[in-house]
Amino acid sequence: MSASTPFALLANASSLPWAEVPAWPVTEFVRATAGELTRGARLCALFGVPDGAGTRLVAVLAFDADNTLAVARSTPFSGAYPSLTVTHPQAHLFEREVLEQHGLTPMGHPWLKPVRQNNGNAPANGEFFRVDGREVHEVAVGPVHAGIIEPGHFRFQCAGEEVLHLEIALGYQHRGVEEALTGGPHLATMSQMETVAGDTTIAHATAHATLMESLAGTEAPLRAQWLRAIALELERLANHTGDMGALANDVAFLPTSSACGKIRGDFLNLTALICGNRFGRGLVRPGGCRHDLEPERAAQLLERLKTALADTEQAVAWFWDSASVRARFENVGVVFPAQAAEIGLVGPAARACGLVRDVRYDHPAGWHRFAQAPVAVWPGGDVFARARVRSLEIQRSGQYLCEQLAAPAEGDLRSELAPPAPDTLAVALVEGWRGEVCHVALTDAAGRFRRYKIIDPSFHNWTGLALALRGTAISDFPICNKSFNLSYCGFDL
Amino acid sequence: MTLILDLILRLAVWLLLAPLLPGIINKVKAWVACRRGPPVLQLYYDLAKLWRKGVVLSTLASPGFIAGPAVAWVALTGAAMLMPLGPAGSALSFRGDVLLLIYLLALARFCTAWAAMETGSAFEGMGAAREVSYAVLAEAAIIAAVLSLSVQTGSVSLVTMLSPSAGAGAVLLAAGLFTVLLAENCRVPFDDPNTHLELTMIHEVMVLDHSGPPLAAILHGASVKLLLFAVLLVQAVLPMGELPPLGVAGALAAGVLVVTVGVGLVESLLARLAFRRVPLLLTTAFLLCLFALLVAWKGGAK
Repeated sequence: MSASTPFALLANASSLPWAEVPAWPVTEFVRATAGELTRGARLCALFGVPDGAGTRLVAVLAFDADNTLAVARSTPFSGAYPSLTVTHPQAHLFEREVLEQHGLTPMGHPWLKPVRQNNGNAPANGEFFRVDGREVHEVAVGPVHAGIIEPGHFRFQCAGEEVLHLEIALGYQHRGVEEALTGGPHLATMSQMETVAGDTTIAHATAHATLMESLAGTEAPLRAQWLRAIALELERLANHTGDMGALANDVAFLPTSSACGKIRGDFLNLTALICGNRFGRGLVRPGGCRHDLEPERAAQLLERLKTALADTEQAVAWFWDSASVRARFENVGVVFPAQAAEIGLVGPAARACGLVRDVRYDHPAGWHRFAQAPVAVWPGGDVFARARVRSLEIQRSGQYLCEQLAAPAEGDLRSELAPPAPDTLAVALVEGWRGEVCHVALTDAAGRFRRYKIIDPSFHNWTGLALALRGTAISDFPICNKSFNLSYCGFDL
Repeated sequence: MTLILDLILRLAVWLLLAPLLPGIINKVKAWVACRRGPPVLQLYYDLAKLWRKGVVLSTLASPGFIAGPAVAWVALTGAAMLMPLGPAGSALSFRGDVLLLIYLLALARFCTAWAAMETGSAFEGMGAAREVSYAVLAEAAIIAAVLSLSVQTGSVSLVTMLSPSAGAGAVLLAAGLFTVLLAENCRVPFDDPNTHLELTMIHEVMVLDHSGPPLAAILHGASVKLLLFAVLLVQAVLPMGELPPLGVAGALAAGVLVVTVGVGLVESLLARLAFRRVPLLLTTAFLLCLFALLVAWKGGAK
């Protein structure tokens, strides 16, 4: 399928000279992108690159079945261009973002609002969609919430208990990460990467490190790739276990809730055993890893991991064995497979709709080229399916970790990196625990970042949560929200 | 004089013992989860703290915002005073006092819902709507239970209705009344008293905007209501008529403790129901009480 594309092809974690990326006038660019999306490609990134007086649009597509990525760009322009969203809704947030960052108007975009633009000390949310009618009432939740979570605003249009429409307004945590990266890499860059989304530290750090390595024309030593894969799965285990506990807590099922809260800590402590930080900060660096895992500590890790996995198995079994819990999750918050494909869901949310979509499998890079975890898929698209996919991934990541820890890669942990190649575009995808983490970097003539684009999986998936709520009882919003468990700061950047 | 002393003593028992129940429930939950949990007396500390605090008032709220919780608390305490206490019987017994009891509970509910809507918050309106819709079904079950007791004893006075040995439908009545107790007191599986998620709350969301002494009145009133239902359940079901007075007092206390621990266990081991399934369970409770009524009417006739 991808063989006949006019797009430039490249593999995950590789780079391409900027001059080799095909450039078309914007109308042609939009038509070509729409054509590829119709043929089954997926939009990983769509962003603007300022060029002279105008701006170029760059699209990064993924052909999952062909294990390849494709890029193309438009010639510089300013003003308006035909919207891609009209035919391919997965582009809707990207186009809103491009308008906000570069002032390019997508003509025909059905809901053109700011994404995270500031208006004083709050985001410019604009007008919310309203449903009229005597029976309809509006419920506004947030940005300040009752629990200790990040800020975001949710606007529900309800008829009684039923939600007709949910609109999510974010941007409260916009820190200007992408802007800060221009002209980089700076001294602070690595720390910024590790805090793009604090619970996805390893995935974002690995994506950035991989990008730097491919810009330098090399890759990290095998032992570092092995260690990154282990840390990535530990991150997945900790977060998925925490999510299972949070789901149980939201339906007031105490046994699993209490146990999973504790076991999540056990998994975090395993990451701390590797690098001294529970969230894996300071482990992954361009060119390798900063902390080694000697055989003694690896053995200790394996032993503690097995205990924690057995505990999780038990806690999750209580959960699935309880009819009262299953009754709360089945047929609640359904996203249909066709919808999921249309809006470009990624990660467990997509796999819970029966879509086989996993970067570790579709676009393997690093250690995943040699050792793969099976993809966990469940049909249904409801809260039950999303919880089920998580519990399957806990099992499979655990199995994967046990196998990989028993067969470590030998060699150096870190290598010196050459300076980044000038005028080069590099793409790195990593399957974080929430889904596909996508980093794209474009260097200038001096080898500094001319543009650095980060797409957290939450950017794709927030729309999925809004769709899941349609026709669902408003009292089921918390379990729908937890079943996605998306990042606010990863979206707000 | 004796009457006044009797009333004061009863009032003291109800007001002082009631906050113990939520503490016991929380201890049971903590014990099941292998946690240490808050102290059994936590609610007393909370009430003392709230009583000393100031009140934050919405500029939109009418005096009903404060009056609602106050009236509700008085109504609940009044209802408690009507309830006979084992060997001590009742101080304010009269023919038809059971009707007054049911109406006092309804008055308390009305006042809480009224105060909830005072601030105009979408959350509290939602909570009030939920509370009154489920109350329709819970009240039906209570009325059926009271009728069955009334038919069984041929009386409409609480002292006579609750004092003799249990009727033939005691098991049905126990199941029905326990379910109503869970629903009326906003416990799992109907509501989650511990949740922080406004969108899923029933009772808790109605009192979100209350603070200080009014909130203390609401919390204390809720604990009195829990004790009231526990006492009602135990006396309606346990055959205590033949026991000596001390035995009756012991059996009553033990019964209330068992009910409280039962609530804690249900809360530890069961997930909450989805709202759309709540009516099913409440209707089941109503049917159980209705069958108890049938048994009392046809089966239990002497």
